[in-house]
Amino acid sequence: MTKRQKIISVILLALVYAAVFVMEQVIPAQAMLFTVLKKGAIYALVAVSMNLLNGFTGLFSLGQAGFMLIGAYVYGIFTIPTEMRTSVYQYFDGGVIQFTVPVLLAIVLAGVAAAIAAALIGFPALRLKSDYLAIATLGFAEILRAIFQWDKLGPVTNGSNLLRKFPTFNDFNITNADGDVVIYLSTLVPFLIVGVCIFLIVLLINSSYGRVFRAIRDDERAAEAMGVNLFAHKEISFVVSSFFAGIGGALLAMYQMTIQASAFKSAMTYEILLIVVIGGIGSVTGSCIGSFLFIAASEWWLRGLDSGTFLGITAPTIFRSGFRKVVFAVIIMVIVLFYRKGLMGDKEFSVARIAGRFRRLFRRRAPAEKGATK
Amino acid sequence: MQYVPYLLAGISVGGQYALIAIGYTMVYGILRLINFAHGDIFMAAGLMMIYLANPLTLWLAVPLVILFTAVLGFAVERAAYKPLRDAPRMSVMISAIGVSYLVQNVALYVTGGLAKTYPSLPWISDTITILGATTKRVTVITPVLTVVLIVGLVILIKKTKIGMAMRAVSRDFETSRLMGIKINTVISVTFLIGSLLAAVGSLLYFANYTAIVPTSGAMPGLKAFVAAVFGGIGSIPGAVIGAFLIGLSENIIKSGGSSWTTFSDAFTFVLLIIILAVKPTGLFGEKQTDKV
Repeated sequence: MTKRQKIISVILLALVYAAVFVMEQVIPAQAMLFTVLKKGAIYALVAVSMNLLNGFTGLFSLGQAGFMLIGAYVYGIFTIPTEMRTSVYQYFDGGVIQFTVPVLLAIVLAGVAAAIAAALIGFPALRLKSDYLAIATLGFAEILRAIFQWDKLGPVTNGSNLLRKFPTFNDFNITNADGDVVIYLSTLVPFLIVGVCIFLIVLLINSSYGRVFRAIRDDERAAEAMGVNLFAHKEISFVVSSFFAGIGGALLAMYQMTIQASAFKSAMTYEILLIVVIGGIGSVTGSCIGSFLFIAASEWWLRGLDSGTFLGITAPTIFRSGFRKVVFAVIIMVIVLFYRKGLMGDKEFSVARIAGRFRRLFRRRAPAEKGATK
Repeated sequence: MQYVPYLLAGISVGGQYALIAIGYTMVYGILRLINFAHGDIFMAAGLMMIYLANPLTLWLAVPLVILFTAVLGFAVERAAYKPLRDAPRMSVMISAIGVSYLVQNVALYVTGGLAKTYPSLPWISDTITILGATTKRVTVITPVLTVVLIVGLVILIKKTKIGMAMRAVSRDFETSRLMGIKINTVISVTFLIGSLLAAVGSLLYFANYTAIVPTSGAMPGLKAFVAAVFGGIGSIPGAVIGAFLIGLSENIIKSGGSSWTTFSDAFTFVLLIIILAVKPTGLFGEKQTDKV
């Protein structure tokens, strides 16, 4: 990347953040747009973390929901205000943990906990090959879900009951003495957190470690023959990916305002995998774009399919509850079957390439005009 | 004798898992694909039974359900896996996950998101008493029927021409193609048999439950897959033994009291991790060497 391209990227990102900030002040907070932006940002982070494994290291792991679960729980457990604990842990005498940590520290802790779990799981799991690894990580995610629902751990995890009343995104808004919101930050702050995390992942991908990851992806045996310690590098990729999945889990908990282990099923991992596929396996920007498109389509644009009227067509017998998801699933199947590279393939979004494409478009036209004048 | 009901349930559930597991193990043996949609096809068979049992008589509904499920499995293979025959294995697996997502969402749409009551099947849902434990007749039928079907399948694979073709394809996909085996026919037959057995498994499995939701197939599907891995993927007797073992152990865990019930599902995966760590090829799996 040249210096000029870097400057353009920074300016573009700054514009995006400025736009988010301005929109949040102007548009009412209940608008569907903010649902899409918040959830899209969270899924973007998790999708990028999954892409680090699947797209850049070639490890087909399906454990993402499990690590998000750990992140969500660690965040919830350490941030529920002490005075609320008796009502949240009503079946477990207020729980055993009677202190809280600051929100940002709790988010980091969420990532660390997921990373530690990943480091332990990695020892047996990462020795397995392709689909066995997929099924083993899926299995670990299910085991984690069972452990968090175990009532013997209730004093810590609240068993199969909800965790709630912890700080959410709305607590980032700045309020005046009367409790009225002066400055809305509930979308900007998650955007900033996600942005920093994805930036760190990009740094890792572009480092010498990233090159080793890609070498493992392209040919494990050749990489090994070149002296790469396969297991150590797979473990690093797995732990880093899970760290950010844990942070994603914490953010998802803040977004949803409640945590329940039963929500973190393998279906969640599948959704994230489909986002990665839509965006392009091996493209960070693809995962981000894919995530916002996925969330916008499933939560917002296709809503009409559920409520009777879509694109001006009214057909309540066909367009009833659930049709949106059918259409959506068909679109995904079309992408999976016919556009296997996804939106971006393994390339990154860059202004230079788009500019180049336009330039080529005009250059192709130019000789034709010349020919006409002759 | 307090364990008798749990053991009976374990054997019964084990037989049902075995019928699903065969679909996984045969498909994996031939295509090297974890057919994530298999559990959802199993669920779809249950839903078909719900919608067909009411207008039709049972003796017409049951064969129709089995037929339609086999056709569904065949159609899924043709639509979603065949176009990706030469694609990387990961793409096919993602396609399988996509099909699973699609089938679940279609089921959600058709049922309107409500849990559908499973019809009570006469005779096989009747209550009987064995060794002092009351249970449904399906508990006894399942293991018998499972064994009969599996013996039939093994005969098919060992004695018939298509069975021989299946064995050849699972041994070496490319070479058998060169030898003139019609690979697509073999794969289609595999999916037909797998889905047919899943439909039978579904009839037996859901007879023990009152209702079906679109995600009902996911967990039994995963467990059956674990059973297939445990027994050594590609091996039919292995899958059956694995399935009975998982069915029994999960019910023994359930007998330990309510605080352990949460682990009855998780234990399956513990078993998976242990077998993968100790003997990755499973009990009866063939050792595979990687070629550079």
